[in-house]
Amino acid sequence: MNLLTHTWHWSVAGFLIAVVMLLLNYFGKVFGMSSNLRSLCAMTGVGKKVPFFDWDWKSQRWNLVVVVGAMIGGYVAVHFLSDVSNVNINPKTIQQLSAMGIDAPNGKLLPDTLFGNQIFESPKMIVILLIGGLLIGFGSRYAGGCTSGHAIAGMSNLQLPSLKAVIGFFIGGLIMSHYILPLLF
Amino acid sequence: MNFIKYLLVGFFFGIVLTKAEAVSWYRIYEMFQFQSFHMYGIIMTAIATGLIGLQIIKRKKLKDIDGKPIYIQDKEKGNARYWIGGILFGLGWAMVGACPGPIFILLGSGFLSVVLILFGAILGTFLYGVFKDRLPH
Repeated sequence: MNLLTHTWHWSVAGFLIAVVMLLLNYFGKVFGMSSNLRSLCAMTGVGKKVPFFDWDWKSQRWNLVVVVGAMIGGYVAVHFLSDVSNVNINPKTIQQLSAMGIDAPNGKLLPDTLFGNQIFESPKMIVILLIGGLLIGFGSRYAGGCTSGHAIAGMSNLQLPSLKAVIGFFIGGLIMSHYILPLLF
Repeated sequence: MNFIKYLLVGFFFGIVLTKAEAVSWYRIYEMFQFQSFHMYGIIMTAIATGLIGLQIIKRKKLKDIDGKPIYIQDKEKGNARYWIGGILFGLGWAMVGACPGPIFILLGSGFLSVVLILFGAILGTFLYGVFKDRLPH
């Protein structure tokens, strides 16, 4: 059971993520999670006013089913396949976070400082999560894909546009992590 | 019944990303601080495996489940959209430590606060749709 509850090795995880992508290719589909956000917009009928959402989201229902499956998978993994040894990050990272007032993982996936239910009483945290989401949604649609569509599917298909997008992901990520997060916390 | 295979693939994906801790804010922060190889290892192994798989598919002209040739469309050419869109995405990714897949996975796992990220992401997608024609691509 330890094999399942411990943190999975990066090589195993990376291999299995590629298997997911190849399975979807075998089903005649492509791997890409952010297009589900477009489907969710289109489902509301907003396509009548904004042409970008006037598309056949029903042809993308399969991808929403993948999402539902992933949500169930996450539930099972967190509630039945986790133990206290998880999220064993670099002690230096923990020290750095503690200086920013962010709690250590101790087996948790997410810091309480940012994701505990008390954040609903903190306008600052609510705004941080909303803006983070906004950047993710706007940026992934503008770039035409996210980590799955560009970093994994695009790069393994040797797409130059995906390389540009992934370099962009890292430029943005490094700026946020090194220069903006320290101002926020 | 056709949808069950997608449900199973998604289920598997959710477990893999959670157990790899790719859904963890901590792991994303650690990655951008260059304090661990873990996330880089995951991404590079996935790309290497995917590359080999796709080359086999192309060279052997493999067929999909319906017997049609597997064809993966090339990404559109462009510059501004990939650089600017990519940087904006990266800012968000490092800020809240979740990309679109993990947003859904974390919500399913019961992290209620992630609903704010999802709401922001849907709004961001909507705003892109509104301003699309006025943006450089």
